[in-house]
Formats: sequence, C-alpha cells, structure tokens
Amino acid sequence: MTYTVGIDVGSTYTKAVVLSDDFQIVGKAMAHTGFKLAEISGSLFNLSLDQAGLKDADVDYVVATGFGRHMVPFSHVAVTDLTASARGTAFLFPRTRTVLDVGGQTMKASRLDDKAKVKSFRLNDKCAAGTGAFIEKTARYMGYSTEEIGPLVATSKVAVPISGVCAVFAESEVINQLSMGAPPADIMHGAISSLVDRSVQLMKRVQMEAEYTLIGGILRFGTMARVVREKLQSEVNVPEGELVQFTTALGAAILGHQRLRKLRENGVEISRVAETATV
Amino acid sequence: MAYAAGVDVGSTQTKAVIIDEAGEIVGRALIDTGANVIAAAENAFAQALFGGRLDEREVEYVIGTGYGRYRVTFGNAQVTEISCHGRGAVHMFPNTRTVVDMGGQDTKAIRVNAIGEIVDFCMNDKCAAGTGRFLGAASAALDIPLDELGEVAMRAERAVKISTTCTVFAESEVLSWLGKGKKIEDILLGVHQSIAARSIGLLRRVGIDPEVTFTGGVAKNIGMIEALNKGMNLKVNVSSDSHFMGALGAALFALDHIQASRVPAAVGGVA
Repeated sequence: MTYTVGIDVGSTYTKAVVLSDDFQIVGKAMAHTGFKLAEISGSLFNLSLDQAGLKDADVDYVVATGFGRHMVPFSHVAVTDLTASARGTAFLFPRTRTVLDVGGQTMKASRLDDKAKVKSFRLNDKCAAGTGAFIEKTARYMGYSTEEIGPLVATSKVAVPISGVCAVFAESEVINQLSMGAPPADIMHGAISSLVDRSVQLMKRVQMEAEYTLIGGILRFGTMARVVREKLQSEVNVPEGELVQFTTALGAAILGHQRLRKLRENGVEISRVAETATV
Repeated sequence: MAYAAGVDVGSTQTKAVIIDEAGEIVGRALIDTGANVIAAAENAFAQALFGGRLDEREVEYVIGTGYGRYRVTFGNAQVTEISCHGRGAVHMFPNTRTVVDMGGQDTKAIRVNAIGEIVDFCMNDKCAAGTGRFLGAASAALDIPLDELGEVAMRAERAVKISTTCTVFAESEVLSWLGKGKKIEDILLGVHQSIAARSIGLLRRVGIDPEVTFTGGVAKNIGMIEALNKGMNLKVNVSSDSHFMGALGAALFALDHIQASRVPAAVGGVA
C-alpha cells in the first residue's frame, strides 16, 4: 500500500490528512497554526500517522499547501491552496465548477474546468471583513467563543443588518445593536449574512457557475451554507462534518498520489522523508 | 465674563473645553466615552466646569461635536468634528493649512484657509487601517501600554516592514515577527511607519500644504510625530492640547455665536 500525506498550513489552522492509494482517509489531525510553522506541521504529521497506525517509513510522498506551505521542511513538493482545494472539491463533488473557501484570514473564490483545473480565481486577504476573523470578532464583542457561534446562530430567525465594512468598526455596530435590544443570535446571523454578501461578490467576479461547493472553517456553521443557498437561489455542496476543513489537505494528498504515479512511471527515485519529519 | 464650551464625543474618548471671551482655555476634561455616551458628555462637561471653577450658568453657549455630538443633550448646537478640528488647529497655529487628525477609529485629512474654514477633507470611513486602533492592536499584541509605544519605537535601529493593511491581521503579523526573533522596537517602528504612510496617502488626496498641524489623541505619540515628519519631510505642529483640538474648535464656534448675538443688541436690540 502506498500512502501520501497532505499538509495544509492555513492562516489560522493547520490540517494534515493521510491518504491510501485507494483514496481512503486513514488519518487526519488539526491544530492552531500559531507561529512555529515547521514545528506544528511536524507534530500534525506525526499525529495523523499515529491515528492511521502508520510509521514515517510508510509514507511515500508529502505535499504541503496553504499560506505556510514553504515552511514545511519535510515536504516533497509545495502546491498552492487553490490547486489543492480544487482537487479536493472535485474528488468529493466531481461536478463542481465554482469553489468558495472561507478561512480564518482569507476568502477565495475559484472557477474550475471539467478537469478540476483552476480557470480563474479571486482572493480577499487584505481585509478581515470578508473572513472568519470578522465572525470571530463579532462573537467576541458579545462575549461568545468561536465554538459557541454555531449553536447561537442556529436559534436566530431574522438577521439584524450588520454593514460588514470593517471588523473593527463592527464593534461599535454590535454595541449599538445590543443597546437597542437586538438578540445576540440575530446580530451573529447579520454578521454571517454580510460575510455571505461579500462571498457572493467574490464569486461573481470569477463568473460563477453551478455546481457550487463551499469549503473552509466557517462552513462548520450550518447557517453560512443556508444563507449562501438563499442568496444564490441554488443548491450548494458542502463536505460532510469535519471534511469542510480538511478538503484542501485532502486535495494535496490526492495530488501527491497523482504525482507519485507519474514520477514512478518515469523511473524517478523518491527520497524518503521519514527522518526529517521527526521534529 | 461670558464663557463658551465645546464637547467632543469621540469614538474612544470624550473631551470638553471651556474658553473665556479671549479664546483662552480655562477648563478642560478628557474621559473614556464608554457605552453610555450621554453620561460621558455630561461627565466631561462637569469635570471641565470643576477644573475652571465655573458654574454651569456662567457658560452661555455649548456646542457638541464628534461622532456622538447629538448625544450632548445640554448642547445648544452641533458642528461636525471636521470643522472643529480645522478651527481649533488654526487658532493654535495660525499658519496651519493642512490638518491631520488621528483618533481612535478614524483618521482625517483636512485642508483649511487662513480663517480656519474647511476647503477640502478626506477620511477613512470604511476601514480602521491607519487609525489609532492599529496602535491599539500592537499594544495588545506586545503587551505595552498605548502611551509608551512611541517611545519604544524611537529606540529602533531598523524598521520591520508591516505588510498587512487590516488592523485585525496586524495583531497576528506583529506576533509572527516577534516569533521570528525581531526586536520589539523595530516592529513598533514598522507599525508607526505603516500608519503614517496610510495617513500621508489620505493627506495627499487633499493636498499637503504647509504648515501641517497634527491633532487628535495619537498626536501625543512621539513615534507617530517622527514618522509623519520623516514621511512628509517637514515638521508638523503639535500642541500639548492636541487631543482637545476638536473640543476647542467647538468652543470657538460657541464663542462666535455669543459674540454675534450681542451685536444686534448693541445697535438697537433686534432679538
């Protein structure tokens, strides 16, 4: 059996996926990225292998992706997160033509062709208003932790309008709304709704086309997908459960298998990574 | 003796100034705005009265300014903070033609004429980048009090370039530079330069016409004064009352009103 590992070093979380050559996820691990990228990717590599019951020597190829992809010392190759997430979404939902990925500090929209190649993309990585940080900040101003956002917003029926121009200015807006008696759940709903407005704008700029697949940490909150469905007036795909956060790492691992096959066909010898991975 | 007052309710702090008929400040107060804006305006005014040993009845006219100007319930009128900062700056430094006002959540570039009237202005109203909040984020990330940031930055040898625009992301960028072993003073110099660069961009849009006067709470920060001076290659005027400039301008407008209302009385009493 051949195994690859995909490591997605995101702005907020780092994810690792161990994939067998029959494309089964046999191990996965996730933790806060923090500031020591080499260390965190090393420890998640080991954790995901433990879960799979594998050893370093069992891994044939490691693909790094995400904003910190060049800081993974034991990877064979680094691919952009756009390429990896395209591969991951196309694996889960083969008819995907538009991918929206909302992470902690970035929002990305990309258009795929029928071979899961990225035709065009748009990023927001300059402003927190269009990212998970906006949702986290809004929750924090009201005294809620990130984990509490999902259950909180699930109770809301109407959204309080939140302008969403700036995550910092949202603080005054939230305080104003609270003082006028708006329930926190509805304010949170409003914040998600304003984030979705920004997402739709970004998707329009890549000439979006069905099917739509939504990935990234923010999709843990079911409300996000529901509001996107409402605004697009269309069905959207969302990977099940924790997979929303692992889609890009999964894509990287799939790319690893494809590349490995090509290299072996060409008779290229692959170096082992086992020793370097033990941090 | 008649007195006039200006109350500037800002996003972060509320300032009150009382002046006499000669335009001299006789009482001033500065408090945090907090959640109760009406109470903040009342408290700041009461403290300024106390400082000037004045009774409320001695103050003939009060003008409210700042984002919370309509919450100054005892105010006789409201004037925008843009007008007030222009007026206050020209009163303090008569040769002022450009004002840069840096507050807790907004930065404004204002062009004024010789009598302190607004010719043009520009402000950040969509994004907190380049405002005092950027310093607040750095202060939180590095655990250094806000009023010491400037001095620490002055000790820097080489600025660390801050690449993020967004105030929210700046906090994590500051921490990541710290994790990479950069010196705190060098990071802070980079933070100051980044804010100054954005403000100078705003100033260029109205035109930088010397003299330039720096007002608002951030004008107390020596590091920011230096960063602006270097960035524009000139020396900005800074008053020790820089954060009272908006309230002072409001008080001067209130004094105008008092003096104007007396003229008809003197020539024959048209009320």
